[in-house]
Amino acid sequence: MTTPVLQLENITKHFPGVLANASICFDLLSQEIHAVLGENGAGKTTLMNIVYGLYKPDSGRILVNNEPADIEDPNDALRAGIGMVHQHFKLVPVMTVTENLMLGHEKTRGLPLGMLGRLDRKQVSQEIRSLGERYGLRVDPDATVEDLSVGEAQRVEILKVLYKGADILILDEPTAVLTPQETEELFEIMRALVGQGKSIIFITHKLKEVRAVANRITVLRQGKVVGTTTPDAVNMAELAAMMVGRAVLLTVDRGQSHPKGVVLSVEKLTVPGKSNQPVVNDVSFGVRAGEIYGIAGVQGNGQTELVEAITGLKKSVSGNVKILGKDITNLGPRLLAHAGLAHVPEDRQKHGLVLAFSVEANLVLETYYQQPFSDGWWIHPQEMRKNAKKLVAEFDIRTPSVSIPVSSLSGGNQQKVIIARELSRAIKLLVINQPTRGLDVGSIEFIHKRIIEARDQGVAVLLISVELDEILSLSDRIGVMYNGRMVAEIPASAAKRETLGYYMAGLRVEQSANKNVS
Amino acid sequence: MRLEVFRITESEIAPRTATGKAVSHLSNLGVPVFAIFTALVVASLAIFLSGSNPIEAYLALAAGAFGDLDSLITTMIKTIPLLIAGLGVALAFRGGLFNIGVEGQLFVGSIAAVIVGTGFHAPIYIHIPVTLLAGIFSGALWAAIAGFLKAKYGANEVITTIMTNYIAIRIITWSIGAYGPLRKAASVVPETNSIFESARLPELIPGARLHAGILIALLAALLIFLLLFRTTLGIEIRTVGMNLHAARYAGINVNRTIVLTMALSGGLAGLAGAVQVMGLSPYNFTTGFNVGYGFDSIAVAVLGSIHPLGILLSSLLFGAMDAGARLMQLRARVPIEIITILQGLILMFVAANQIIRSLYHIRAPKGQGEVNLTQSWGGSTD
Repeated sequence: MTTPVLQLENITKHFPGVLANASICFDLLSQEIHAVLGENGAGKTTLMNIVYGLYKPDSGRILVNNEPADIEDPNDALRAGIGMVHQHFKLVPVMTVTENLMLGHEKTRGLPLGMLGRLDRKQVSQEIRSLGERYGLRVDPDATVEDLSVGEAQRVEILKVLYKGADILILDEPTAVLTPQETEELFEIMRALVGQGKSIIFITHKLKEVRAVANRITVLRQGKVVGTTTPDAVNMAELAAMMVGRAVLLTVDRGQSHPKGVVLSVEKLTVPGKSNQPVVNDVSFGVRAGEIYGIAGVQGNGQTELVEAITGLKKSVSGNVKILGKDITNLGPRLLAHAGLAHVPEDRQKHGLVLAFSVEANLVLETYYQQPFSDGWWIHPQEMRKNAKKLVAEFDIRTPSVSIPVSSLSGGNQQKVIIARELSRAIKLLVINQPTRGLDVGSIEFIHKRIIEARDQGVAVLLISVELDEILSLSDRIGVMYNGRMVAEIPASAAKRETLGYYMAGLRVEQSANKNVS
Repeated sequence: MRLEVFRITESEIAPRTATGKAVSHLSNLGVPVFAIFTALVVASLAIFLSGSNPIEAYLALAAGAFGDLDSLITTMIKTIPLLIAGLGVALAFRGGLFNIGVEGQLFVGSIAAVIVGTGFHAPIYIHIPVTLLAGIFSGALWAAIAGFLKAKYGANEVITTIMTNYIAIRIITWSIGAYGPLRKAASVVPETNSIFESARLPELIPGARLHAGILIALLAALLIFLLLFRTTLGIEIRTVGMNLHAARYAGINVNRTIVLTMALSGGLAGLAGAVQVMGLSPYNFTTGFNVGYGFDSIAVAVLGSIHPLGILLSSLLFGAMDAGARLMQLRARVPIEIITILQGLILMFVAANQIIRSLYHIRAPKGQGEVNLTQSWGGSTD
C-alpha cells in the first residue's frame, strides 16, 4: 500500500475566465481507496477528466507507476491502466451485458473478416463471468441492460472498465443513484477490488460515504487542494468546513411543526406511464398546512409521475386530488396556480426555466399576464424589472444583472430563481421535487431554510427527493414510494435510515400492505 | 432527436440599459455582416470564372439597386414582399415553428385579394382594407391547418407546410388555367382579371410605381416587434418557441399558441401576396409572377436574425440584389443566376456561423441563449 500508482504534479487548467485546477498535486497508492471530496465546481470532475484524457492540462504532469504518462485521450488512459466509471451510465439499453462490454473492441471467431467477422459472444460472456466471480460483481452476462436494476447497471459499468484491463478505477459520484443498501454493496465491491490489487479514486460530495470507505481523503475547493487527510483524523464537521471554507450546519434546525388542516389530499391516484401500465398505482396521502411531507424512494419509482399528476403536467386515469377540499384532478397548471399551488420542478432546466430568457423574465414566467406586470395585453417591463431586483436581493440570487440570460447563472442560483418565483406568490401548497440536486452546500443550506420558513408560514410542503438525508432532515412525515405504490408512511420521529432503505428497495412491501389492511 | 440547422442568438427580452442594448445589437450584427462580406468574396470567384470582373460586376449591381431614383424605387418594390413575408417566417421561428409554407400562403393571399378585388365595387377606403384583410385571413387560415395538425396530432409542420404548398399551388394553377374559374376571358396566358381600381394601393408619388405597400410593410415590422417583445402574447409565443416544457409548466396553452403562431405567420405571408396583387401593375395574378418570394423570405428572416429590425435590413439587401441583377448582367455580362449563388452563400455562412466566428474571431455572446430554429424537427409536442 505504499507505492504510488498514479501521481499528479502541479496540474493547472484554465477555462475562459475560470481557473478550474490550480497546480494540483495528488497521488494514489497501490490498493488504496482515495476519495476526492469537493462541492460542485470545485474542480473534481475537471481533474479526473484530465487524468482520463478528456482534457489537456495547461501545465503539470501525470506519472503512472512512476513513469511520466502522455495521456491524450481515453484510449491512452486505458492503455495506462486507468478506467473511469461515469456518473451517468454509458450503456446501450437494448443490448446484453456481454454486447455492451464488447463494444469498441469486438472479439470475433471463425474467418478473419474484420468488421464482418462473427462475434464471439460465448468467449466474452465466459470472461465476464470469471471477472465477476473474482471481484464479487455478480451480473448475468446474457441479461439485457434495460432489464437490470440501477445497482446492477453500475456493476456492468465497473465490469466494463475491469474488462478493458484497468488497474486504476475512477468512480465519479457512483452513489448518487443508489439506495443505502446498494451503496453498502458498492462499498463491499470497492473493498474487494482493492483487496485484489486495484486502486480506486472515489469522487463524491457526501461526507458520510467518504468516512465509511476511503483510506485517504483529498479535499478540493475552488480548484485548489485544501488538504489530504485520513478518515480517522477528522470528524464530519471538520471535513465539511474544509470543503466549504467555513463552518457549516450539517443538520437543519427545523424546529417544531404546527400542522393544521389538510391542504393537499390525494386519493387512490393512478397515473399511466408510456406503455399505459400504471406508474403511479392507487396512491393516497395527505399533506397538512404547516407540515413537510417527504416522499422518499429510489429514482424511477413513480415519484416523477405523481408530482406531474398533482401539478397538472400529466393526466391521471383514476382517483382524485384536492386542494383545500376543492377537486383539482387533471386541471391545467394555470388553474392550479390560481388554486394556490407552487411547483419547483425536478428538472429545473427543462421545466422550471427558459434558459435563453433573462433572469427577470424567468421570475415572471407564470405571472407575466397578471397585474402589475401586464394589464392583459401590453406588458410592463419596468414592473418586471422592479420585481426582479426585489427578489434577487431577497433570495440572494448572485447575478451581475437581472437582464442577462438565466443560462449564465450557476445551478444554485438558477434554482434560487425558481424558488424565489414560486415562493413570491400567495401559495397554499408547495410541491418541491429534488430541491437541491447538484447544488453546492451554501445553496443547499439556503434552500432548506426557505422550505422550513414556508412551512412555518403555514404552507403545506410536499417534498420529493432521492437524497434520503434530505428527506430525513426536513420532513415531518415520510412516505416511501416503491414501484408506483406508497409502501409506507412513517412519522419523521420514528423513521430510521435502515427501515426506509428496506422500504425503498421493496423488501417490506408485504408487511406494510398487511398493516394497511388491518 | 434534434437537427440543429440554424442557430441564432436570442436578443433581449426586456429593454436594457442604453449601452447594453447597443453592444448587444452590435454583436448580433457581426455574424450577418461578415457572412455577407465572405459571400461576396466567394461569389467573386464564380464571377471571375464566368469570365467577368467581379469589381465591375458588384459596382453594376450597386448602381442597379441604388444608382438613381428609378433603381431605388425598384429596390423598394422588391423589398416589400420580402419584408412582410420574412416577418411571417421570423414569427414562426420565434414560436419554435419552421413555416416552409410561406410560398403557398402567399399565393393563397394573392388569389383571395384577386377574388375580393374583382368581386364587387366599393369605395376605395372600404375596398382596400377589405382586400388586404382577405389576403391576411386566407393566408392565416391556410397556415393554421398545419398548426392545427401539429397541435392536435403532432404532425411535423415542416412536412405539412411543404404539402400544403403543393396543394395551394396546384389548385391555383388550375383555377387560372385554360378552363379555370378565375381565368381572364380571352387571355392567351394563364392570368386572372385585374382587380378594380378601388382595390388598388395608391402610388406614393404619382407615376413613380412606388405604392403604399412600403408603408404597410414598415407598419407590419413595427407591429411584429411590439407583438413579440411588448405583449403577453409575444411572451407566450417566445416561451413556447424556446422551451415547450417550461411553457406547459407555466400554464401557457401550448396548442392554442402553436395554432395562433402559424396563423399569424401565414397571415403575414397572405398579406405579402395581397400587397403584390394590389400594388403592382397589371394588378392581377399570373403564374410565375410571385414565384420565389416565399422561399427567399426564409433566407431573409434567418439573415435578419429573426428580429424585425434585422429583417428590415436583410430584406432591403435581398431586394437590392434582385433589383440590381439586371444591370449587372447588362454591364458586366455576368449571368443573373450569380445573384442566386450569392444569396445562397450568404445564407450558408449565416447558418454555419461557426465558420464566420472562427474566421473573424467573433466570440459567441457570453451566456446568451440561442434560438434553436428547428426545435420541432423530428420532435413531437410531447
